[in-house]
Amino acid sequence: MWQRFKVWFHKWGSPRWFVEIGPGWQNSLLVIGLVGIAVGSIWGLAFAPYDFHEQGNSARIIYFHVPSAIIAQSLYMGMAIMGIVFLVWKIKMTIVFARQIVLVGMLFSALALATGGIWGLPTWGTMGLITDPRIFSTAAMFFLYVGIWVLNMALDDVKVADKATAVLAIVGSVNLPIIKFSVEWFNSLHQTATFTLTEPPKMLPEMWLPLLINVLAFYCFAGGVVLARARFEALRRERKKSWAQERINQLIGQ
Amino acid sequence: MKAHRKQKLILIFAGVAVLALALSFIGIAMRNQINLYYSPTDIANGLASPGQTFRAGGLVVDGSVSRDEETLFAQFTVTDGGNELVMQYIGILPDLFREGQGIVAQGSLNGDGVFVADEVFAKHDENYLPPEVAESLKASGHDAYQNYDSGDYE
Repeated sequence: MWQRFKVWFHKWGSPRWFVEIGPGWQNSLLVIGLVGIAVGSIWGLAFAPYDFHEQGNSARIIYFHVPSAIIAQSLYMGMAIMGIVFLVWKIKMTIVFARQIVLVGMLFSALALATGGIWGLPTWGTMGLITDPRIFSTAAMFFLYVGIWVLNMALDDVKVADKATAVLAIVGSVNLPIIKFSVEWFNSLHQTATFTLTEPPKMLPEMWLPLLINVLAFYCFAGGVVLARARFEALRRERKKSWAQERINQLIGQ
Repeated sequence: MKAHRKQKLILIFAGVAVLALALSFIGIAMRNQINLYYSPTDIANGLASPGQTFRAGGLVVDGSVSRDEETLFAQFTVTDGGNELVMQYIGILPDLFREGQGIVAQGSLNGDGVFVADEVFAKHDENYLPPEVAESLKASGHDAYQNYDSGDYE
């Protein structure tokens, strides 16, 4: 069993295998993700109780803010891990995944910042102070994504761009614990974590269940988008090989 | 693992560790600048001097809020459990402003040690509570929920 899993796991390093298994993985993830987002959002926005303790209906934006922030950070972590594996083991597919994460992670961190601002206006009385440690570190992550994205566009040499992406991803990953612990290490306007691994959430199941659904659904959706982008990129990179030629001809219907 | 790969992996982790160490030194050295606000204890310890603009925060003390009948002037006291700080503000307070609530204000200390705020922000915490639970807390005589009216958000 373990041996079979290991073989299967190693297959993900092969561009040919990855292209030829077809879009099954990405499509199932996208469908599960979209259905989950629909269920979690409708449940959260329409049926979950409002927050009576402090915020009323404004608290409902948590159903988008928390998932996008979690996914933006997870994608960054994934990108950094892929970067390490690429630099050390030179597995081609890892950098394909890392570079396809950039734009997706950038959009999710933008969504996290935007929903945070929309949430802040009625509750804090401000869209957010850029000097706030949590907001500053999250904005730093957003600009790291933007930086990698722009760098990738500026560098024509694929090998150089691959290395630059890997290095920047790894360097920027030191920011991730800062984002996570900024609300505990420093005084911040931002609340501390709603979900922790050590304690039960400080809200009732009818409030955190739709949130959990949305978090998992956002994961599936983001994973599906990255896989879909990576399939095209893998094919593009291997375009000179005969198997890829066949595949491309098949796709354009010749 | 082949030797040159192992070496590269160690190099990467060493690089990240050094970077993290450097950042944590910066973080510790600049702690007071990174903190969004000073607590009343920080201010009692003389971290902020009169006239300088900075942010101060704490919990609004129960029964400390007094408002002017004619104008938008409000005075209240914030605490961090140890020390207290009197704040004055002219303007519209955020919706979440209430006794017991965490707030952050931007302004400066005047000569009497009173914090004159230009802006007041409200903090909210990680506790979320549906109305039914708040009702039962109110019914059981829980202090913090006596002022709430379930009609507020309907």
